Amino acid sequence: MIETNGLTKRFGGLTAVDSLTLKVNAGEVFGFLGPNGAGKTTTVRMLCCLISKTSGEARIGDYDTGRSEDALKIRKLIGLVPDNVGLYEDLSAYDNLDFYGKLYGCTEAQRKENIQRFLTMLGLWEKRDAMAGTFSKGMKQKLAIARALIHEPKLLFMDEPTANLDPESAKTVRDFILDLKKEKRTIFLNTHNLDEAQRICDRIGILSTRLLATGTPQELERALSGGGGTRKTVVLLQEQATDAIQAGVRQLPRVGGVTAEGNKLEVALSDPDKQNAAVIEAIVKGGGHIQSVTIVSASLEDVYLKLVREGGGS
Amino acid sequence: MRLSQSWIIAAKDLKTLRKKKSIVYLVALIPVFVAILIPIVIGYVGQKKTPAELVVLLPAFLFFYVILGSYLSTPIASYTIAGEKLEKSLEPLLATPTTDGEILFGKGIAAFLPPLAAVLGGSGLFMLFMDLTTKGKLGYYYFPDWNSAVVILLLLPLALLMSVQVNVIVSSKVTDIRAGQQLGALTIIPFIGVYASGELGLINLGDATTLLIIAGGLVVVDVLLFFVSTATFRREEILTKWK
Repeated sequence: MIETNGLTKRFGGLTAVDSLTLKVNAGEVFGFLGPNGAGKTTTVRMLCCLISKTSGEARIGDYDTGRSEDALKIRKLIGLVPDNVGLYEDLSAYDNLDFYGKLYGCTEAQRKENIQRFLTMLGLWEKRDAMAGTFSKGMKQKLAIARALIHEPKLLFMDEPTANLDPESAKTVRDFILDLKKEKRTIFLNTHNLDEAQRICDRIGILSTRLLATGTPQELERALSGGGGTRKTVVLLQEQATDAIQAGVRQLPRVGGVTAEGNKLEVALSDPDKQNAAVIEAIVKGGGHIQSVTIVSASLEDVYLKLVREGGGS
Repeated sequence: MRLSQSWIIAAKDLKTLRKKKSIVYLVALIPVFVAILIPIVIGYVGQKKTPAELVVLLPAFLFFYVILGSYLSTPIASYTIAGEKLEKSLEPLLATPTTDGEILFGKGIAAFLPPLAAVLGGSGLFMLFMDLTTKGKLGYYYFPDWNSAVVILLLLPLALLMSVQVNVIVSSKVTDIRAGQQLGALTIIPFIGVYASGELGLINLGDATTLLIIAGGLVVVDVLLFFVSTATFRREEILTKWK
C-alpha cells in the first residue's frame, strides 16, 4: 500500500528525513515511532502529497507521490488526521464533515450515512449540531478522525492522534483505531506513545531522521537482546557480582549476555522460566549469595531508547 | 479547474462569514451609510453649484463606490485565507483532492460576492437618493445612465476582483490577519488616484471611453493577478512556515 525507496526531505541545510526505505502492507497498522523532530510529520506530509520530496521515491498504491497528475488520485485514496485537528470552529460537527464529504465527491446519501455512522461510533452524534469550537480536545480529535474517514479511505494517516488527550479520550481513540483495524483499513500511525504502538500496531518503524528499525513489536524486542533472548533475569546478590560469578553464568548454554553492576547481575535468556535454575546454581557455585531473582521482559521502550540514542536522536 | 470544488469552498466560507458579525455589519452598513451621507452633503453644497457643475460631480461620487468595493473586500479576503491559518485548518483542506487554483478561486468567490452585493445595493440607494436630491436643480433624474452602468456593472466587479486577488496574495504571505488587512487595504490607492484625477479634472469620469479604458486595464491586471496568486500560493511554505 505504501512503498518508499530512499525518500529524503531537506529544508535548506537541514535533513528532515534521510533515505527512508519502507513498505507498509494493505490492511496493516503501521506505527511510526520517533522523538520530536525525527521527521514523522514530514514523512506523512510527503506521502499525502502535501509537500515535495527532495529525492527518492514514494508510492501509494499504484500512484507515485512525485507525479503531479497522481497527487489528486492519492489524496482521494487517503484520509489524514493531522497533528493539529484544524476544524472549522464556527461550523457544527455535522457541517464540518459535510463540507469535507462534498470535497471528496461523496453523494448526499453517502455523506448522510457516513456522518451518522462515524459520529455515532465516536459518541458525537448527539452533539452533531454543536459548533466544533465548543468541543473539548478529545471531542475535536474524534471529529477530526471522523472527518478523515468521511470518504471511506483505504489508507488513513494519523499524526499523533492521542497526543494531549486525557486517558479516557485517548482510550476511546485507541479503541476506535482497533475497530478500524478490524475493517482491514491500512493505518499509518505517527506516535510518541510506545504502549499505544505496542497495543495497536502490527509493525513498527523507529525513525530518527533515518529509519533505525522496523518489525513487529516482538521482533524489535528480540533484536534488543542480540538475538539471544527476549527476556532477562535480574539477580540481586548480597555481595558484588564477581568475575567468577559472571564467568560461571556465561558458560551456560543459550545465554544471550551477562552484565553486572554492583550487586546486580542481568542475564539475557531465551526461556528464563526453564533456565533460571541453572543460572542460580552457577551463581551459588561461584560463591554468590542470592537476595532475589526477577524475570523482566525487554520492552519496546528499551528498544526505542536504545535505538534512538545510538541513532543520535534526543 | 473544477468550479464545483471552488463553489463548495466558497459556500463554506460564506456560511462561516455570516457568523463574523463585525465583518457582516461593516460590509452591509458602510455602503448604505455612504448612500445616505453623500446625497445629504450634495443636497446642502449643491445649492451653490450650477447644474453644469453638478453633472461633473455626480459621476465622480458614483466612482466612490468602486473605491468602497475594493476596500470592503479586504476584511473578507484576509479572513478567508488567514482565518484558515489561525484555525490551522489548511492542512486538512490541502489534503483533499482539490487543486491550489480551486481553493484560491473558492476563496476569491467568498470574498467577492458579499461586498459586490452590498455595494450594488448601496449604489442603487445612492443613485435613488441622489436623483431625489438633484432633480429640483437639474430638472431631470440624472441616474441611471450608461456611464453609471459601466461603473457599477463593469468597473466595480473588476476592481473588487483585483482587490480580492491582491488580498489573497498578501494573506497567504503575512503571518497575521491584521497585517494582511493593512497591506491589502492599500489596493484602494490606485482607485483613489483615479477618483482624485476625476475631481481635479485630469480625467473625465463621466466619459464612457475613459471608463472603458480603465476597465480594460483592470481586466489585464486581474488576469495577471490570478496567475501570480496561483504561483505564489505554496503549499509547502504554508505547511512548514506558518505557525
